[in-house]
Parts: sequence; structure tokens; C-alpha cells
Amino acid sequence: MAATDLGDRVAVRAATRRRTFWTIPRRDALVGYLLISPQLVGSVLFVLLPLGLVVYYSFQEWNVLAGTFEYAGAENYAKLLADPKMGQVLTSTVFFSAGLVVLNLTLALTLAILLNQRLRGTTFFRTLFFSPVLVSLVAWTIVWQFLLQQDGGVNGLLGVAGVEGPNWLRGESTALLSVIVVQVVKNVGLNMVLFLAALQGVPRQLYEAAQLDGAGAWTRFRRITVPQISPTILLTSIITVVGSLQVFAQIAVLTQGGPGMSTTVLVYYLYQQAFQFRHLGYGATLSVLLFLIVAALTLLQWRLRRKWVFHES
Amino acid sequence: MSRRVKLAVYALLCVLCVPFVFPTWWMVTSSVKPISDIFAFPPALVPSRFDFSTYGRVFELQPFGQQYLNSLYIAAVVTVGTMAVAAMAGYAFARIRFPGQNVLFLVVLVGLLIPSEVTIVPLFQMFHTAGLTDTHWPLILVPILGAPSVLATFIMRQFFITLPGELEEAARVDGLGRFGTFYRVALPLARPALGAVAIFTFLHSWNLYLEPIVFLSTPSKFTLPQALTQFVDAYGSPLWNVQLSAATMTALPILVVFVLAQRQFIEGLAHTGLKG
Repeated sequence: MAATDLGDRVAVRAATRRRTFWTIPRRDALVGYLLISPQLVGSVLFVLLPLGLVVYYSFQEWNVLAGTFEYAGAENYAKLLADPKMGQVLTSTVFFSAGLVVLNLTLALTLAILLNQRLRGTTFFRTLFFSPVLVSLVAWTIVWQFLLQQDGGVNGLLGVAGVEGPNWLRGESTALLSVIVVQVVKNVGLNMVLFLAALQGVPRQLYEAAQLDGAGAWTRFRRITVPQISPTILLTSIITVVGSLQVFAQIAVLTQGGPGMSTTVLVYYLYQQAFQFRHLGYGATLSVLLFLIVAALTLLQWRLRRKWVFHES
Repeated sequence: MSRRVKLAVYALLCVLCVPFVFPTWWMVTSSVKPISDIFAFPPALVPSRFDFSTYGRVFELQPFGQQYLNSLYIAAVVTVGTMAVAAMAGYAFARIRFPGQNVLFLVVLVGLLIPSEVTIVPLFQMFHTAGLTDTHWPLILVPILGAPSVLATFIMRQFFITLPGELEEAARVDGLGRFGTFYRVALPLARPALGAVAIFTFLHSWNLYLEPIVFLSTPSKFTLPQALTQFVDAYGSPLWNVQLSAATMTALPILVVFVLAQRQFIEGLAHTGLKG
């Protein structure tokens, strides 16, 4: 079949070459270029050009309020290294992202495993766990802001259980924890659904065979479930890590980076510098840093996949 | 599974779903509570009496109807636009051979690595130069063509790669050109992947917060997430009851649509073609 196909093509090509420049492969290529052109033009205009500009701006002293824009060499980068707040910002960012990723993935997988049991009513629970994904982000955050007040609903529920809750958004460690939980509960449904689809793709015979061989529940999870769904674990962890570094609206509404600097993660600091203090040059430098962190983490995960992702070695 | 294990699983599910359900329940019920009930401690689970007056105030304080329309039409345009752009590019990258293909694909993929916060400063500057700040253009053009659509293109490419080649050969034998093959054969088959893209894109646009607050300054042009944070009194503290009514109005329609169509919805999402 491949041979006749090739034969046909050669014949067609020979016949058409004499007549016209527009051979089938050329026409194909033209259609290909036309089809990708919107995405390609968009990528150049709205991704590569801004990225280049960010790097360019990061070498300028640019303050909108003072009306200055001049070449500053590596001054912004020197400022970045000397910025006394940077240590705190990076610490908050690391704790926030690590906490969010670990909690999100563990909870998503736990929920998916619970819902994957052959039980009545799992569709109902699936709907409940997924529903916050659809509540608009700011609405969700505003409600939690109210619930997390000193005399809000969360402490009300805890009070019923006889526990006196703290003022969640006003304590340094509880504020960070609160933002993480609010964000995880909002979005864990997406990862849960992806995990659920992956779990349903694991062949049942594998579990049955393992059980016959006397493997316990934990061994079956470690040796069958995890390797079988590892491509999904890779996908969800990349999406979640990158997403965790972009959490902005929740912090803007819940804590405005406080108390102190405890919830001022990199994105929020970048927003403050660029749009509140109007230090656009320094904001661009922080953007470059954020881009490098995201790119490095994504590449690292992609590299490491051969070590643990099934089908990839 | 033994009875005891079953009961334990149900109990665990019930406890775990409290933080998922309670906020939405509390938001909806509080929006019709008299203000004294909202601040009651411990919180009231059901309103002592119904009070719909704050729903009227939402529309008095801001052009909320207009803002609702803004969010809806922007999300709709962005969703349809992204589906078109991503289906075309995804198909071309998956099924057509053309010189420079791999390099161009890598160029596009850079968008996956870039959080929108990174490029917000130069994008603002570009649209400012073009005189398009305080319009909806940046909120429409950037998602359809820029970084947010790259994930959609990637999902579509992964889907089109799995289509059997015989289908296209048959289409070609029947006299369809390359574009006809894409539009009449491949695209109708891509409905599940397109559905997933539509859901992702709509939710992304509907939730967008940073871009509207950076680009828009006139209240009648605001989108919903931005408008929700503007229900404050003269001292800047939130008007809770009004905010909750407005928040309920933004969340409830989507939730209802979801509950009605939840099967297609969740299965569509799971079918992103990214499983393996």
C-alpha cells in the first residue's frame, strides 16, 4: 500500500511538475502555513515580542511617576540582588508553591481514588468536589475572605466542634496556609478529574494478578497505580507548579500580600513594583526572574520524566 | 468491599466535601439574608427570612448588567476564537508536513512557559501605544492569539495525531483538498477535544482578573471579577451583602449549566488527549 501510494505520488508529481508550480506537497505546505499563521503571528506579537521587550525594559531605569526612561545597564539586576525584601519574597513563594502543589496533588489523587471505588453516589460527590472550579475566582475568594474572619463561618464551624480558631488572615503563618487552602479547594477538581480518567484507564487484570500474588493495597498502589498513571502525574504536576507561581487574584483580594510580607509571593511583588509603585523597569527585571524560574522548573520536570514516568524510558 | 469500609469511605467523602460545598451554600443563602443574619455568630445555615433588596442595590451601585454582558460576550468571543485558532494550528502541526514545522512548533510552545504576569508590562505598553487601553481589545486578542491559546493548540495537536491516516486518504480520493479534509473530515471528529478546549477557555476568560484591572479603567467597561471587588463603602470596606448578591449572580448560572450537563462536561475535560 505504501508502495502504490508512493508510486501514485511520483506519477502525479511528474505529471503536475510540467504543468504547474503548485504540486500537491507545495499546496499542502501552503495550507499548513495558512492554518498556523494566526497562532504564529499571535505568538510573535503577544509572546516573543513582549518577552524581548521585558528583557529590554529590565535594563532601563523607568519610573512612570518620575517620568524617567533611560538606559541603566545592569542596575536593576544589582538592585534585585541587593533588595532586602527579596529574601522574604522568595521564601514566601517557595513555601506557597510547595505547599500548594503538595496539597493539591495529594488531595486530587486521594479524591480520585475514593471516587474510583465502585460505590453508589460517586457521580454526586464528583459534582460537589468539582463545583468550585466553576464559581468565578473572585466570587470564591470574596466568600472565603468573609468566612475566614475572626468571627466568620470557619471559626463558627470550629466553635461547634469546641475549637477556638485563630484570626486566619491576620496571622503570618495562618494567612499563607489560608491562601493555599482556598486556592486548592477552588481548583483541585480539575486535577481530580484528570486523575480519575487516568485511573479508569488502568487495566483491572493488573490488580487481580497482583492480588493473586499476595500484594497488599499499598504495594498495588506503589507498583501498579503510580506507574500506570505517571504520565498524568507529570502533566498535572507541571500545570500545578506553573499555576502556583501565577496565583495573583486570591492574594490581591484575601491578604494584599500581608500580614507583613508573609503572602507577598513573586507575582504579587512584581505587580506592586510595576503597577502600584510604577517602577516598570524593576518590574520587568522581576518578570525576567519569574520567567526564568518557571522555565527552569518546567524543563527540570520534563528532564526528570524519563526517570519515573512509565512508557518514557 | 466490606460494609464497614464502604461506610468509612462515605464518611470520609462527606467530611472532605464540606469546604467544597459550604462556601457556595453560604454565598447563595447569605445573599438573601437580612444583614444582621450575615454577621450572626455562629453563622446561620438558612436565612431567618428572605430579603432580596440587595439584589437591586447591585445594579444601583454599578452598571452591573453592562458588566455582566461584557464578561459574557468577551468569554464567548474568546472561546470561539481560541477554538478556531487552536483547531487550525493543531491540525497543521499534527498532520501536514511543511518545511520548518518543528522550529515553528517550538516557537509557539514558548507561550506555554510564560505566565501572563511576565508579559503584562510590555503588553500594556504595546496596547497603550496603539491607543487600545481601556477597551476590550487586549482582553480578546491576547487570549485568542497569545500564550493562553497555546495550551489549546497543544491539546488539539495531541488529538489530531491520534486520527487514523486512512480517513484522510479516503477524503483525498474523494477529491477533497487539504483544507476540505481538515474542515469536513478531521474537525467534526475533533468534537470531544474541542469541547475540552471550549470549557478550559471559557473558564479562563471568565476568571481573568489581572488583565482587566491593568487594562480597564471605566466602570461600564469592567468585567465581573473586577466589578465584584468594587462594591465597597466610602471608606473602602466591602459592602458584604451587596458583594454576596453580586457574587451569587456571577456563579449561579454557570453552576446550574454545569449540574445539568455535568456528564459531558467532566468527560469532555478528561478527554484532553493529554492522557498518555
